[in-house]
Amino acid sequence: MSLRIASSPHQHNQKTTRQLMLWVVVAAVPAIAVQSYLFGYGVLVQLVLAISTAWASEALVLMLRDKTILPRLNDHSALVTAVLLAVSIPAYAPWWLVVLGTAFAIIMVKQLYGGLGFNLFNPAMAAYVLLLIAFPVQMTQWLPPASLQQHALGPMDAVCTVFNQASCQGVTLEQLRLDADGMTMATPLDTARTDLTMGLTLPESFDKPIFQNDLGVGWFWLNLAWLAGGLLLLQQRVIQWRIPISVLGSLALCSLVAWSINPDTQLSPVFQLFSGATMLAAFFIATDPVSASTTARGRIYYGVLIGVLVFVIRGWGGYPDAFAFAVLLANMTVPLIDYYTRPRTYGHKTPQERP
Amino acid sequence: MQSLLDKIAAGQLWSFPGGIHPPTRKAALSKKGIDSLPLPDRLYLPLRQHIGVAGSCLVQKGDHVMKGQPLTQIDSSMSVPVHAPTSGLILAVQEHTSPHPSALPELSIVLEPDGLDEWRERSPLNPAEWTPTSLLERIQQAGIAGMGGAGFPTSLKSAVQQPVEFLIINGVECEPYISADDALMQEQAETIVQGIEILQHILAPKAVLIAIEDDKPRAIQAMQHATQGRDNWFLRAVPTKYPSGGEKQLIQLLTGQEVPNGRRPIDIGCMMFNVGTCFAIAQAVLDDIPLIARVVTCAGDTLQQPRNLWVPLGTPVSDLLHFCGFQPERKQRVIMGGPMMGFALPDLTAPVIKTSNCILAPSRSELPAAGEEMACIRCTACAEACPASLLPQQLLWFSKAKDSEKLDEYNLADCIECGACAYVCPSEIPLVQYYRVAKAEIREQQREALKAEQAKARFEARKVRLETEKLERQRRNEQLAAERAAKQSQSDDQAVTAALARAKAQQASPKLQAEPATGATPAKANQAASQDPRKAAIAAALARAKAKKQTDAAAKAVDSSDSNETAAPAEDPRKAAIAAAVARAKAKKQADTAANTAASDSNEQVETPAAVEDPRKAAIAAAVARAKAKKQAEAAADIAASDSNEQVETPAAVEDPRKAAIAAAVARAKAKKQAEAAADTAASDSNEQAETPAAAEDPRKAAIAAAVARAKAKKRKETDPQ
Amino acid sequence: MITTALLILGALALVFGAILGYAAIRFRVESDPLVEQIDDLLPQTQCGQCGYPGCRPYAEAIANGDDINKCPPGGEATVRKLADLMGVEAKPLHEEAQNAVKKVAFIREDECIGCTKCIQACPVDAIVGATRQMHTVIADECTGCDLCVEPCPVDCIDMIPLPETPERWKWDFNSIPVRMIEAD
Repeated sequence: MSLRIASSPHQHNQKTTRQLMLWVVVAAVPAIAVQSYLFGYGVLVQLVLAISTAWASEALVLMLRDKTILPRLNDHSALVTAVLLAVSIPAYAPWWLVVLGTAFAIIMVKQLYGGLGFNLFNPAMAAYVLLLIAFPVQMTQWLPPASLQQHALGPMDAVCTVFNQASCQGVTLEQLRLDADGMTMATPLDTARTDLTMGLTLPESFDKPIFQNDLGVGWFWLNLAWLAGGLLLLQQRVIQWRIPISVLGSLALCSLVAWSINPDTQLSPVFQLFSGATMLAAFFIATDPVSASTTARGRIYYGVLIGVLVFVIRGWGGYPDAFAFAVLLANMTVPLIDYYTRPRTYGHKTPQERP
Repeated sequence: MQSLLDKIAAGQLWSFPGGIHPPTRKAALSKKGIDSLPLPDRLYLPLRQHIGVAGSCLVQKGDHVMKGQPLTQIDSSMSVPVHAPTSGLILAVQEHTSPHPSALPELSIVLEPDGLDEWRERSPLNPAEWTPTSLLERIQQAGIAGMGGAGFPTSLKSAVQQPVEFLIINGVECEPYISADDALMQEQAETIVQGIEILQHILAPKAVLIAIEDDKPRAIQAMQHATQGRDNWFLRAVPTKYPSGGEKQLIQLLTGQEVPNGRRPIDIGCMMFNVGTCFAIAQAVLDDIPLIARVVTCAGDTLQQPRNLWVPLGTPVSDLLHFCGFQPERKQRVIMGGPMMGFALPDLTAPVIKTSNCILAPSRSELPAAGEEMACIRCTACAEACPASLLPQQLLWFSKAKDSEKLDEYNLADCIECGACAYVCPSEIPLVQYYRVAKAEIREQQREALKAEQAKARFEARKVRLETEKLERQRRNEQLAAERAAKQSQSDDQAVTAALARAKAQQASPKLQAEPATGATPAKANQAASQDPRKAAIAAALARAKAKKQTDAAAKAVDSSDSNETAAPAEDPRKAAIAAAVARAKAKKQADTAANTAASDSNEQVETPAAVEDPRKAAIAAAVARAKAKKQAEAAADIAASDSNEQVETPAAVEDPRKAAIAAAVARAKAKKQAEAAADTAASDSNEQAETPAAAEDPRKAAIAAAVARAKAKKRKETDPQ
Repeated sequence: MITTALLILGALALVFGAILGYAAIRFRVESDPLVEQIDDLLPQTQCGQCGYPGCRPYAEAIANGDDINKCPPGGEATVRKLADLMGVEAKPLHEEAQNAVKKVAFIREDECIGCTKCIQACPVDAIVGATRQMHTVIADECTGCDLCVEPCPVDCIDMIPLPETPERWKWDFNSIPVRMIEAD
């Protein structure tokens, strides 16, 4: 019998990276359920595609890098990336879109930077931006919520649509996007922005069916589901409060000020918070530890920066939703933020003080 | 504004950032008393059991010691003695596995208890004689070093000039499992309080703060009872959080102050002692019991009877475990210290020392071994747990990159290695281990830098010295030339006076030479000290040099004449060596007479050095002979190699230098033995000087004879196989 | 036209040149000469393994463009620092010099004949002894440069690895021999 030597501490709180990542996936489940209920089973198809692509590309690169594959696949970081990307893509986007995006996220953004922990940018968001810029048409083809659709799509139809861009009965995606009145439906954010450019005021725009009770149909519930997942993550101490609170706080504050000045052209804070990817981004994407700031103060600055950027891009940018851009821009500032927000070490007067 | 003391008196507690809440696992032991361990068969007492320098050993193998007898003597304030934990026999003073993470062997005294446990005479310090000096002296002589873990000499810590505002008594014991201090407070509260009073006497603090974690209600109760009715004594139950027992953290917790970077707690008026130390102080002063035993917690699921034990220092860990019913499993870990900061022992014969507060033998299910290290995901759980507000993940990054400048910028030195960061790390990165390696590396670099600086200074000094010596020599040469010129033009009478003057000048010159050297090395000073024997030595050296030249010539002659013969190269070194030896022997005789003359010229004191030199000379001659033989043998080998036609000879030639070397070594050994014998005779027969050179000659002759005999034997050997 | 342009440009050049020249003198940064800085990075063993007689000459050579990887006693760390200072790529050390163990000279005293040759060879005066007296090495001052081994006529100097002590131990768990324990 031999003795084992190990470094102190000999005790561990038994909370591992793998568990943290699994918690993120678990917390995403309610939102995924809501999303597939509201926007069709295409979400699930996208998820399956994304996850299998993520695992395959992760394994491939690890093999090329001569690393052990199983323990690293088992940390479930690729799974999280795949889930986050899959839910960001329109439910009935063509299959190659999500495959391309996931492979790009895992291979280029994550592994080529050195693998887990070394990537500068959030892989899911970088891939999203790539797809958005390269394939703007496919990426903005959000179907209207299921309740507004003429043709109901079953699970098999979902698979057919993702792979053929038409349901098994041959209804094309374009036809699916038409509402009962024969108008093409877009997301509420998109509609609001298009209407604004067409000279309508927001209250006028809100009369459209896509806005039920001044909030986008379905999107409100989806955001609530993400919020619930986020609260679960907070409760499980998987994420800390600083980033989500500062993202939501700054976005709400900015839109409150703007909205109170001009309610005709500015979205209300409630609309801002509960439409698009707000809750998803605040709790699941901006909190990605690898690409976020690492100091307590820095995380607040980081979150505020994202919130402000989202407000600016939503209001004046070229794209209807802005979280991917905001997060990537904030990722870039992280080293700088981290450097200037170092905490004061015990017994030191300032962080920069030298002995 | 309320003063700090008022706030403390009002019961205010502060807090420190970070910290963790590991399961404490203390409940089982805290209600049991302290048992005694039966005397073990052997005690291993490392000479150094504290931070600082070891005292010098006072005992040797075979000595019988009494209980409490000091075994080492202190020679500086940075050291404290160790004492015999019981009466018995000193078996050895030898290297033994140290209770240190490295387990490197350290000089230890091995004591075999005689079972009588007899005390030396004890003299408790009379309270009338209590002065800070006498108390400190007693504390140091009792071998007391901080018992909380670091082991800093208590007397040195207490001997401060600065005023002490808060005397803090640390009974926090925040590490899981450990309940040694808890048990001690429950059983010996009165004695601990007496110890605190003694410290109060020495330090005269404004207030005494006693801190105990609030998960030890029985200890708090006992201490409360013992400290009742004292002014400005505050007992504080601090919230259970690791690492509130750390010195800096506890100061922050109790006073809200931080020890400034690079300073000591006393600089902000705080002084902290462990309760165990207070107990030891009381025992040393009141009962004259030095620090020879301590309470050790033995815990872990592989022990059938975990408990707190009074353990004599030096007890091997295996004895402790055995006594507690140790049931080891595969890949068992045995930890000295707590689960957070203790270290795993590679060898269970390591002894318990003054700083060992816990022996932990956990089962695998109890404290699972760390999993595989994964990549850091920058989750900052570590930064949130860090009590010093460091950024552990950045430090990890820089530690891996060995970037000591950045490590310094991010204050690695302020890491107290508490392990909170590694405890929470989801990727199970052994962060503390990385920091320790980096710290050791930085320390090593600093040492190297210091050494490089010294080396540079010495190099420069040497250059200066060589320069002055050169100038000196030049000047002397000029002087000599001038004298020679003067001599030619002067009469005999004047020549005599000139010679006298020269002699004086010569006597003075070594001194001169020595003077610049003393600055650079002590080496040259030695030369000046032993001038007389030196003269003899110089004469001898000159003679030897001549002899050497002749032998060299002879050797060459032999070489050249015999070069045609194929077997000759092999034989040559041997012959040459003999010839050299004979020549040297002659030269030596002359040298000896010269030495004797020189010696008799001066006072009779010189006789001894001369006598001492003789065996020396033998050794020198032998060594030179060996060196020569080696050189020539090499040359011979070369020749043989060049004679490529006669390949048969080559192996023989190659073999020869080998044999010659061995033979020379044997001869040397013999000569040495005899020389030593001769030296002995010379020393005892100091009256009969005449014999000394003769005696010294003998080994020489013997060596020659041996060499000749060997040469013969070799020849025979060589012919035999053919 | 061209002449005025030339004149103006020429005048401007003169003025700015004068300003620059003045600034260079007025605001000159007093810094260590390069050789000093390099010399400070070298380990000062004065061993000559770089091919130069001492550390300072090598520092001068580096300042004049010699390779920075010729200093085995300094090891990788020194090469890295030199690379930083000189703004060049860090090169690996010459082969055998890598992961060299720190050593000090040790004189087998009963074999020493007191020839003082090693004393003369020692660049840092770390050997004490006198003619025909036994010599010994001051281990603390020895830089492990090896220079005393060659001159010794009786080969009584060994380079022995520095013994590891708990203070110098670098937390290398792999170096610890683990003792087996027997089951009860």
